[in-house]
Amino acid sequence: MSEIPINTLTSSSVILELILRLKVKDVMSTNVITATKETTLRQIQEIMRKERVTGLPIVMGKRLVGIVSMDDIIKALDLGYIEDPAQDHMSQNLIVLDEEMPVSFAINYFSRYRYHRFPVLNKYKHLVGMVTNRDITTVLLVEINKEVEQLEKLAKVRSHATEMSGEVHTYPILKNDFENAGSASTQIKKRLKEAKIPNAIIRRAAIASYELEMNMVVHSDGGTLKAEYTPTTLTLTAQDHGPGISDIEGALTPGWSTASEWIRSLGFGAGMGLPNVKSVADTFFIESDVRGTTVSCTVNLLPKEEQQL
Amino acid sequence: MTVKDLTHISALTAHHIADGEQPIKDIYCGDLLSDVMANALEESALCTIQGHKNTVAVASLLGLSVIILCNNRIPPADMVEAAASEEISIFSSSLNHYKTALELTPLL
Repeated sequence: MSEIPINTLTSSSVILELILRLKVKDVMSTNVITATKETTLRQIQEIMRKERVTGLPIVMGKRLVGIVSMDDIIKALDLGYIEDPAQDHMSQNLIVLDEEMPVSFAINYFSRYRYHRFPVLNKYKHLVGMVTNRDITTVLLVEINKEVEQLEKLAKVRSHATEMSGEVHTYPILKNDFENAGSASTQIKKRLKEAKIPNAIIRRAAIASYELEMNMVVHSDGGTLKAEYTPTTLTLTAQDHGPGISDIEGALTPGWSTASEWIRSLGFGAGMGLPNVKSVADTFFIESDVRGTTVSCTVNLLPKEEQQL
Repeated sequence: MTVKDLTHISALTAHHIADGEQPIKDIYCGDLLSDVMANALEESALCTIQGHKNTVAVASLLGLSVIILCNNRIPPADMVEAAASEEISIFSSSLNHYKTALELTPLL
């Protein structure tokens, strides 16, 4: 039987991680057909034929005491002791796997020993499963498929984000211009959508840019909202011409507001703007004096679990 | 429930239907747009009294399915226009937020 062409020395890190993460119990078959010491070799041959297996573990209760393989049966037919009970001829020098061992162990066993299957024991030394070459390759294929899908997805997000990289858009924001308020955010959102950034991330970017935009419409003498893209981040910078925030700490407190009745009647000035930005952004910076306020924040464009890759 | 199901509710009047097949998966009631911005989920119906263009901007940014103006507030023409260009549906309701949401809840 050919070896599994994967090992801990030359395989890629994805495969290595996989065969160390997967345990023997993840790949073994658990519906094990067994026989007892008293079962005759002829009966075992019959079971093998019916169940289409090439080796049968011999048990006493849950304890493994031997194995009868197809080779043993052929030998028995050849030498004429096929009617003998299993205990007289079964292999008793058994090489077994522990169910908690990583699959990499099992793969090494298959290349080191000539056996086609290994019994699997739990910590109480009870027989809990059997592993064949085929069990391992089947599970590995399924897992490798998942990994490849994940990598493809990531590559797609990255390539779209890369395509925006270096873009800088600056949107002028006018004081009390409720008419056009939100249009900068709408364009930023559209750009991210085109780049196929995941929806949950677009939502965070949209919330941050909308609040920054509205803040300038409501509170400032006007300014600009700048959107800068890198392959992994969107940085939003709102820079206005004054009059400055007298109490920055207050402005960052949910519910704190200096908005007029008229602004409030439009549904703004709830004192949630900057706290909202802070809560959705990955980094947040604010500085303010009478000449103006600058708020800058970044949103990471790659999904969290993919940022480390 | 989809947007076109709202046309069967007698308390509601359609002012613009962008996509009748657009699903509605949740309801959010609120007049503070920053609060709506922070908390309303995608594909929600928004029950509000804020009948102006900025509500459409919020709905568009969040991906809301429909804006329902409560207490008989009628959307101004520029709001309906904005809704049409942003592909957001708008209805008005003769009921308040709470009772409007009650009418929608069994259909969710």
